[in-house]
Amino acid sequence: MSRIEAVFKNGKAFIPFITAGDPNLETTEKLVLCMAEAGADLIELGVPFSDPVAEGAVIQRASQRALQAGATTDKIFDTVRRIRQKTDIPMALMTYINPVFVYGPDKFMESCRDCGVDAVIVPDLPFEEKGELLPACRRHGVTLISLVAPTSDARIAGIAREAEGFVYVVSSLGVTGVRSEIVTDLRQLIALVKAEKDIPCAVGFGISTPEQARDIARVADGVIVGSAIVKLVEEYGEGAAEPVGAYVRGMKRAVSGE
Amino acid sequence: MKGWFGVHGGQYVPETLMNALIQVEKAYDYYKKDESFNRELQALFKNYAGRPSLLYYAERMTRDLGGAKIYLKREDLNHTGSHKINNVLGQVLLAKRMGKTRVIAETGAGQHGVATATAAALMDMECEIFMGREDTERQALNVYRMELLGATVHPVDSGTMTLKDAVNEALREWTARIDDTHYVFGSVMGPHPFPTMVRDFQSVIGREVRAQIMEREGRLPDALLACVGGGSNAIGLFYEFIGDKDVRLIGCEAAGRGVDTRSTAATIATGTPGIFHGMKSYFCQDEFGQIAPVYSISAGLDYPGIGPEHAHLYDTGRAEYVPVTDDEAVEAFEYLSRLEGIIPAVESAHAVAYAMKLAPTMGTEQIIVINLSGRGDKDVAAIARYKGVHLHE
Repeated sequence: MSRIEAVFKNGKAFIPFITAGDPNLETTEKLVLCMAEAGADLIELGVPFSDPVAEGAVIQRASQRALQAGATTDKIFDTVRRIRQKTDIPMALMTYINPVFVYGPDKFMESCRDCGVDAVIVPDLPFEEKGELLPACRRHGVTLISLVAPTSDARIAGIAREAEGFVYVVSSLGVTGVRSEIVTDLRQLIALVKAEKDIPCAVGFGISTPEQARDIARVADGVIVGSAIVKLVEEYGEGAAEPVGAYVRGMKRAVSGE
Repeated sequence: MKGWFGVHGGQYVPETLMNALIQVEKAYDYYKKDESFNRELQALFKNYAGRPSLLYYAERMTRDLGGAKIYLKREDLNHTGSHKINNVLGQVLLAKRMGKTRVIAETGAGQHGVATATAAALMDMECEIFMGREDTERQALNVYRMELLGATVHPVDSGTMTLKDAVNEALREWTARIDDTHYVFGSVMGPHPFPTMVRDFQSVIGREVRAQIMEREGRLPDALLACVGGGSNAIGLFYEFIGDKDVRLIGCEAAGRGVDTRSTAATIATGTPGIFHGMKSYFCQDEFGQIAPVYSISAGLDYPGIGPEHAHLYDTGRAEYVPVTDDEAVEAFEYLSRLEGIIPAVESAHAVAYAMKLAPTMGTEQIIVINLSGRGDKDVAAIARYKGVHLHE
């Protein structure tokens, strides 16, 4: 069983996101290890991009902090390689198409494989353009995660049919960031995906509280949280491991229905 | 293939926007062949925008430079003072037909924002404009102008606080509110269908030039010059002439303080292939694909990319792209003002500056057409600052 397949074998999955290099890469390493320890099932590491158009203010600021602190794609791969020597936690890189395209998709995916990255999530690479990365992903055994959104409608079937690993279900319109309420009919959205293919569905965008996570885990296979964690990193900086660990532990309990 | 210009173009946007793009594409494909849509657009061009714009023979400039005959395509005389009105009338009319009630747009210098706010006022649409904080300060009068027209202007504080950040923010806003909202891209950039649609709406410029120059000179021009940021006024002029291989197409990029400095926005001169703002094209960026903070005195050219059709015209060698510095543009700004009594937009002054170099190298029987894409009233205060003149407004 691949590490990506293993993500959903431990009950409902909790998937935290942090921006790599925020506030520095040493802290990123500590955070990944403590989140793994706290029960995370997959860790999404953001490779910061100068112009993250799918992100709200919190992750935009984190991207800026990471870039200003000197995080580069190469240094992030080095950090992941170090992390991989210490843990088996599944890891995905989340970034924009440009950093991958400019690095070279083949070289990027080869580095992913060599460093122990299991999957990539590229929010500005829609279904129609996935040929940009898919051949390189296949060559190097890296899973390219597909996204569906509340506006996907008739596109869902095609996306789901070709999806691998899991489907990233975008909960709401707009960009990432904490929301008090999620109005999308997630149950129906997920049913449309599953009608096409028996594949796990993890929901992200706007989720921050254990109550939201518990509700969503009733209809989804996993819950993805970014901004709420990145906010803790913003607040606590190098000392974020402890509050982030406690938060992840609480969220894993919530998605498990405890 | 639709939406591609050689290897450039495409639709690189979040999934949330894909259906919205498909809807715009379908609507545009339908209405571009629809007689009543085209009749209404032509009527707006004629009666509201003031088209056709003049093709003016710049006799004093021609004599002074002592080479090719120079004609100015006077897009600055359009309603709202630039070529931007051509595109917004088309897009806002389309949005209206699509049942949208609200338009959003990015703006750099403010010309596209003013044009969008104008069309929105005329067609009774809500309008919100995103503009980099730095640009709202460089172009404070245009902010007030947009507000007068009933638009809300959102200063953008993220990133470099200029045009690319305004595009980022407008894209984010569109992702959040799609149902009733159309994003009026201001240039031949962004995801398909925008590069094609905006080009089509702007191509009226080149069609008019062909008819006007044939009437005046009985022959085609030898060179067409236009400034290029995203590249809408340039493609608007060039498109009609792409098949006429003897007509040189020259895009003038904003070199800022020089292409050998980091303070430049000359994408073809200093950029590399990338994928950003929905399109594959050339971008100013670092080795890891981080978009570079670009610079030009001209807020309208202060953009780190170029439209995908220009990238393709460059790849195939059909068009040439030359860098023009701030200093050269400011000199041309003053030159045209004094010699012809026409104050050009500082953007357009980049094309005038290159004409000043090119014309003397050409024969007196040859012809250059410069796209005077906008008027320079908006730039007077900034040019004064650049020259160290203190104005009391």
